[in-house]
Amino acid sequence: MSTTQRFSWEESLLPPAMALAIAMVVGDLLILAFGASPGHIFGMLLEGTWGNAYGIGQTLYKATTLTCTGLAVAIPLRAGLFNIGAESQLAAGGFATALAMLALPAGVPWPLAALIGVVAAALGGGLVGAIPGALRAKFGASEVIVTIMLNFVVLAFLNWVVAAKIHVPESLHTPEIASGMVPRFADFSATFRGSAANLSIVLVLGLAAAAWWYLFRTTAGYELRAVGLQPAAAENGGVRLGRTWFRALTLGGALAGIGGVNYVLGYKHYYEEGFGTGSGYLGIAVALVGRNHPAGVVLAALLFATLSQGGLAVNAVVPKQLMEVLQAVVILAVAICVPEVRRVLRNSAKAVA
Amino acid sequence: MTTTATTDTPALALTGIAKAFGPVQAIRDASLTVARGEIHALVGENGAGKSTLMRIIAGMFTPDAGQALVDGRDVTGWDTNAAIAAGVGMVHQHFMLVPTLTVAENVMLGRELTKGWQLDRAAAEAAVRALCQTTGLVVDPTRTVADLSVGEAQRVEILKVLFRGAKLLILDEPTAVLSPPEVLELWRVLRTLRANGDTVVLITHKLDEVIDISDTITVMRAGRTVGRMATAGTTPSDIARAMVGRDVTLAQRVDTGVIVPANSAPRLEVRDLTVRGTSRARAVDQLSFTVEAGEIFGIAGVEGNGQTELIEALAGLRPADSGSIRMDGHDITHDGVAERTAQGLAHVPEDRHLRGLVLDYSIADNLILGRQQQYAGRLSIDAERVSANCVAQVQAFDIRPPNGDLPSRALSGGNQQKIVIARELGGERWPSVILAAQPTRGVDVGAIEFIHARLRAARDSGAGIVLVSADLTEVLALSTRVAVMYGGRIVTVIPGDEATPEVLGGWMTGATREGAA
Repeated sequence: MSTTQRFSWEESLLPPAMALAIAMVVGDLLILAFGASPGHIFGMLLEGTWGNAYGIGQTLYKATTLTCTGLAVAIPLRAGLFNIGAESQLAAGGFATALAMLALPAGVPWPLAALIGVVAAALGGGLVGAIPGALRAKFGASEVIVTIMLNFVVLAFLNWVVAAKIHVPESLHTPEIASGMVPRFADFSATFRGSAANLSIVLVLGLAAAAWWYLFRTTAGYELRAVGLQPAAAENGGVRLGRTWFRALTLGGALAGIGGVNYVLGYKHYYEEGFGTGSGYLGIAVALVGRNHPAGVVLAALLFATLSQGGLAVNAVVPKQLMEVLQAVVILAVAICVPEVRRVLRNSAKAVA
Repeated sequence: MTTTATTDTPALALTGIAKAFGPVQAIRDASLTVARGEIHALVGENGAGKSTLMRIIAGMFTPDAGQALVDGRDVTGWDTNAAIAAGVGMVHQHFMLVPTLTVAENVMLGRELTKGWQLDRAAAEAAVRALCQTTGLVVDPTRTVADLSVGEAQRVEILKVLFRGAKLLILDEPTAVLSPPEVLELWRVLRTLRANGDTVVLITHKLDEVIDISDTITVMRAGRTVGRMATAGTTPSDIARAMVGRDVTLAQRVDTGVIVPANSAPRLEVRDLTVRGTSRARAVDQLSFTVEAGEIFGIAGVEGNGQTELIEALAGLRPADSGSIRMDGHDITHDGVAERTAQGLAHVPEDRHLRGLVLDYSIADNLILGRQQQYAGRLSIDAERVSANCVAQVQAFDIRPPNGDLPSRALSGGNQQKIVIARELGGERWPSVILAAQPTRGVDVGAIEFIHARLRAARDSGAGIVLVSADLTEVLALSTRVAVMYGGRIVTVIPGDEATPEVLGGWMTGATREGAA
């Protein structure tokens, strides 16, 4: 069995490793083009992210959100669906948890309040994910198009609600919540002072483990993956495709929504327009680099968080946009190297046509 | 080896060919000599390496070892263009035609005739007509390929190869999609080609065809060529023994069972069933039949006459537009697949790669597909029961290699089909109704014997079986009653012992009609 084991390890790790190697080379060239030394820049990047407590905290904070949006893309992808709506699902989750906390009377103990906040976030994000799921299941509507369009609709709606109804004057955010604040790292150790890292990361790592269990150990996960691999065979095996699609997209939306907890309960303690801009779309890259495996998603989220936080660290020498370019290069390289990306793109092209 | 003519170089000579795909050694040591102007049958079980060997000749694969000579010229490792230029043409099992183009346009595709800047359709049509004349292939060059029957489409494939100047034709399982009269038509064409001096290599696993048409036979087993014989004086049993490496019971020994008049409800009762097809509104058209306990109800017919839609409707994969389906007296017309399975319906789907198996799932996981709810533990699938089931089934059904962790994709066609059969027929209880669609398609002789025995055992235990097969031999060998489907209807039902290919052939092509016969 060791030969097949090794074979599958190679198969799952080689394409993302190739993609990273390509991205490194392109990154080197870009840095050289700015007249800086790649070794120096990457050194600065590592120093600014993993070299001190603040950097570590910021990177972990970003990775937490990205793990949520990455899982939000990865689970539907396992069912053969491309969820491009993590962006608005994340926002809806953040908004829902803020609303729930504002509605809660002061004095509720924080663990209970936080739990309510997490459930609210899951419901908010799950609702936004359920819409494309239902449309796909009932009418065969392309989830790609519906999720993209919903991003505009949902974000515009939330902005309107906040701006018109419940914002704090002179700002674009809701009032601060009174309960349910998730403790930050800085509350335990002063070295993390100033960084946004908070205990949401424990919850999210637990969710990643649960997602793994769900996908690879439960009957529902067995059915979900079968639908993604061969819908006709799954159907013949008594699996209802529509129900599975609906479930996968709703679950994905809920996971993205929980990403809002990280910001609202863990960091700023209010919902603000555009708090997670880009994290939803970056979740697609996280899922693909992580090869739709929850453990891979966690690692990929760390990678992208490092690049994004590292951009700030190297800003003095090269523009921080360089790191955004580097992220884009990673995404492109992944699109070329990872086989399921090609398959998904082909399938969604077919569905749209 | 033959000891004839030394002056006449063979059209094709392969020696010591080996080819591996990753860890799988598809061909170990294959040698093949095809004389000019003969029809040579290449037979073997599925996964024996026949198609791979032929693709090496057609320039699609490069061999790892060995030598290939065409007309005495060393062509080892050439590409498809070189093969076509040298007159080697392959007619594939799956047609590669553009449905919206005409016959003539398809034939010249890749080698277009032009007049100035324009396509010269008239010249192409004339060329196709001329080819039809010399070969006896009858197709109208101006018709659109989408409008052609499967048999006609295959003729276009052959014309395409001939148009490119092929003198050595390789046909990969050409009769799989043909009705008996169309098969005879194909044989006539192949004999004409032989008379014109062309050479034909025919890949098949149907032994009666080999006897009918070939001059010489080469048998492959497990990647090796294990025998070469002249067809004259060879019997199907000889070939089967060489293919499998042991004696096998051929499907000819008929045991079709008898219906025991039952006092209970029939196993399956279909009333006025109408089903919408993908392209036709009434793919199944007001169809009625009953299947009693202990009966195999065979459905013969040329593919595309509604068999697929009928089976899918019975399995719960396709909604019925009208009519009813009753199983053991219960109306199941509106039940889903899972409900039907729970009530005792088993389904061996016609396309195991599409519906039968999740190819990337392990053998163990595929053995519970459709029954996954029975294996649900409290928080997860009960892995111990899944693997116990796998160990038992792999042994009972002799699935090879006997390693439940392997992805099903890695298995040969016959072993993949055994997974499906084991899952559907290997449970603790016999199913009430079994839908067996093409149960032995693309399966080797040894596995066919096994699958037939299993179906007969299910029949004897009182199951009602609906058998759909494109292989008439199979329908005749198993069916207690034979129905013929034509145009979405059952046009006749004949007792199994009275059915013959001649009688059925007329009904299958629509030549015999009610009242006319």
